[in-house]
Amino acid sequence: MNTERLPLEIDRLRFSYGGVPLLEQIDLRVEPREFLALIGPNGSGKSTLFKLILGLRQPDGGTIRLFGRPPREARRWVGYVPQYPLFNRDFPITVTQAVMLGRLGLTRRWFGFNRADRLATARALDEVGISGLANRPIGNLSGGQLQRLLVARALVTEPRLLLLDEPTANIDQQGEQGLFDLLGLLNQRMAIVVISHDIGFISQQVNRVACLNRTLICHPATELKSSDIEQMYGRPMHLIHHEHAHHTPGEGMR
Amino acid sequence: MSDFLQALASQPFLRQALFAGLLASVACGVIGSYVVVKRIGYLAGGIAHSVLGGMGVAYFFGGDPMDGALVAAVLAALLISWVNLHWREHEDTVIGALWAAGMAVGILLMARTPGYNVDLMSYLFGNILLVPSSELWRMAWLDLIVLLLVLLFQKQFLAVVFDEEFARLRGIRVAFYYPLLLVLIAVTVVVLIQMVGLILVIALLTLPAAVSGHYVRTLGWMMVGATLLGMLFTFAGLALSYGPDLPAGATIILLASATYLISVVALAWRRR
Repeated sequence: MNTERLPLEIDRLRFSYGGVPLLEQIDLRVEPREFLALIGPNGSGKSTLFKLILGLRQPDGGTIRLFGRPPREARRWVGYVPQYPLFNRDFPITVTQAVMLGRLGLTRRWFGFNRADRLATARALDEVGISGLANRPIGNLSGGQLQRLLVARALVTEPRLLLLDEPTANIDQQGEQGLFDLLGLLNQRMAIVVISHDIGFISQQVNRVACLNRTLICHPATELKSSDIEQMYGRPMHLIHHEHAHHTPGEGMR
Repeated sequence: MSDFLQALASQPFLRQALFAGLLASVACGVIGSYVVVKRIGYLAGGIAHSVLGGMGVAYFFGGDPMDGALVAAVLAALLISWVNLHWREHEDTVIGALWAAGMAVGILLMARTPGYNVDLMSYLFGNILLVPSSELWRMAWLDLIVLLLVLLFQKQFLAVVFDEEFARLRGIRVAFYYPLLLVLIAVTVVVLIQMVGLILVIALLTLPAAVSGHYVRTLGWMMVGATLLGMLFTFAGLALSYGPDLPAGATIILLASATYLISVVALAWRRR
C-alpha cells in the first residue's frame, strides 16, 4: 500500500438513522502522524461516525477513504478499540488468547495461531503493561485492565490508524493518564483518533480537536475556546485551558 | 456395578450401546462447548425438534428416518443462520415456529404412513440400546468431520463466537463461518438423537460443557472436559440403568443434570 496516502479522508458525509439526520456535511482529513480528539455531546453521532469509517454502516451520501481506499478494503489497517467490549465477560478465554484474535487476517488461515502470533501478542501485552495478566481469564480483569486488553488487541493487528471510542469512560484518573501516555508513544508510529464526551483529558499529545454535533468543526488543540464549546453544547461550559489541563490531567468539564 | 461389567463382557448389544455413547460424547463435548459459550441453547433446541419433520418425510417415502433427520437438521441450521444474519429481530420467532412446525410435519406424516408402526417414543426419547452397528459407523464419520473442521477453523470459530463484530473487522467471513458452525451443531444433534432422542438432546449438548466451563479457563479445555464428562455420564448412566432396567437416555440426562446442579451450588458456596 501507499504510505503517502492519508489515513482518513471524509468528504461531504451524510448519515441518517430512521429518517432522522444524524450526521451532515462531514469533512475530515487525518494526517499520518496526527492525534485527533473527536468530542461532542452524547448522541451527537461520534460512535456512528466510527462505525461508518469502519464500514459497519453505509453512509447515505459522501465518501470515506482509508489510505485512499473504501473502508471495507482498507479496514484491516485500522485498529479499533470499542467503548464497551461486545464479548461476554464469563467467556472461557485468557487475556493472551483474546488479544491474539487480533492476528486474524495476518496469520495463516488453517489450524491454530503460530509462533509469530504469540510473539506479537506478548509484545503488545508488554507495550500496554499487562504482561503479568497474560494467562488470566478475562472474567476477573478490572475496567482499566480490560481497556488495555482492547488496546493490545488493536495493536496486534499492526494498525496505521488507531480509533478509540471513549477509552477513558471506565477507568480512574491514574489509569487515564497512563493510557494517554501510552497513546502518545503509539502516536510516533500511527495516526490516532480518539472519541470523548469529556474534554478534560485533552493533553499535549492531541494535535487537533474536532467538535461533532451533527456536523463537524475542527480546531487546533491550542485554540479551542469556550465559545466553541458553548456553541456545540448549546450552553455555557466551564473550560479548563489546555496548558492547565496538561498539568492537572483528568480534571475537566463534565 | 459388577453385574454391569459382566453384562458388558457377555452382551454385544451393551458394548455397542456404550461405544455409541462414547462416540456421541466427542461431538457433544466439542460442539456443546460452542453452544454454551455462544448461549444458543434455544437455537439448538429448534434444530433438534425440527428434525422430526425430516424423519416423517423420510419415513413417509420409505427412506431411512436418520437420513431425513440429517437433511432436516442441516436445512434448519441454514435457515436460522440466514435469519440471524439478515433478519435478526425475528430470530426468536422463527426458531419457535421451526421447532413446532417441524414436529407437526413429522407427526402428520408418520400418522399418514401406510402400515404405520414406528415407535414415536424412540425418536422423542431415543434408545441407546437399539443403535444398529451401521449407525455406529455414521456416528464415527460425523465425529471425524466435526473434529477436522473444528481443528481447521478453530481461530475463525473462536472469533465468531467470542466477538462477532471484531471478527468481521478482521476480515473473517462471518456469513460463512456462522452457518458452518450451526450446521455442525445440527449434525451433532442428529448424532445425539440416536442416544437420548430429540427431547433430551439439548441437555446432553449443554450440561457437560457447562459443568466443564466451571473449572477451566479456555475453550479448548472446556471441550476436553465436556467430552470426558459426556463419556463418564454415558458409562455411569448405562451402568445405573442396566440393573433396574431403567430407560438409559433419561438416566444419563438425570446424571448430567444432577452433576450440573451440584457444580453450580459448589461454586456458589466456594465464592461466598
